[in-house]
Amino acid sequence: MNRNLFAFLAGGIFGAGLLVSGMTNTDKVQGWLDVFGDWDPTLAFVLGGAIIPMAIAWQMATRRARSVLGTELPGKPDPRLGHNLVIGSVLFGAGWGLVGLCPGPAIASISYGGLGGLAFLIAMLAGMLAAPPVRKGIDRMAAA
Amino acid sequence: MIETDWILGLVGGLMIGVAAAIFLLVNGRIMGASGLIGGMVDRSGWSNAAERIAFLAGLVAVPAAMVLLVPAFAGTSTNITGNFAAIVAGGLLVGLGTRLANGCTSGHGVCGISRLSLRGIVATVFYLLAGGISVVLFKHLLGVI
Repeated sequence: MNRNLFAFLAGGIFGAGLLVSGMTNTDKVQGWLDVFGDWDPTLAFVLGGAIIPMAIAWQMATRRARSVLGTELPGKPDPRLGHNLVIGSVLFGAGWGLVGLCPGPAIASISYGGLGGLAFLIAMLAGMLAAPPVRKGIDRMAAA
Repeated sequence: MIETDWILGLVGGLMIGVAAAIFLLVNGRIMGASGLIGGMVDRSGWSNAAERIAFLAGLVAVPAAMVLLVPAFAGTSTNITGNFAAIVAGGLLVGLGTRLANGCTSGHGVCGISRLSLRGIVATVFYLLAGGISVVLFKHLLGVI
């Protein structure tokens, strides 16, 4: 029960932060990504602002055996890079630049994103559903 | 840059970071939007479905309430393009790409970089580069958005 309550709280603060920062405004996001045009560096403030509390949280987590609710904490980050990380990030970035929404904001803006936002969300879920077979295909090609 | 934009960006960013910190320290979980929703879509995350659904419910409900109740956010729009082909192509690319890379802006960007994860840093460099090139291509060269 407590896990769900705090998950709801974290999701809510995340959504509020996405709305306040401008991450759900595709015009702004595309301006932030437009490094070769009329670039607006606000994205650096959003990412930088988010990294500060999280860096402190990771430091606190290293001194704990378990989470506050007694669940297991994440292990050390995987050091292996691999082709899927690079291919996937390039595809993601291409779609992010094209429309201006990444996964969190696509969900956070459901109530005010209109039909266009809904269409984006459905296409995103379809892309997620396609990922396991595509990953198998890429791995097979990489092994050949 | 509009003068208040960077302040709103910083304040919103801090809120995103606080949310990720709560999810890590209280729930023991990494706050990655694409993983949380993706695990529901492909069933890989059904073992902790309730926690995921609660997170996603908060993610939808709080911005909805803010737009409805807070005058400063009344009439908020995503300003999404009217080009339907671009919307579908973009959605497919974001969904497929984030699941192949095992993370997006929140998981790799916020949670990864903040613990100096090499995967998070490399992913962020590539999706920012691709995002910048994508805007040049589709906005400035092709003019479709």
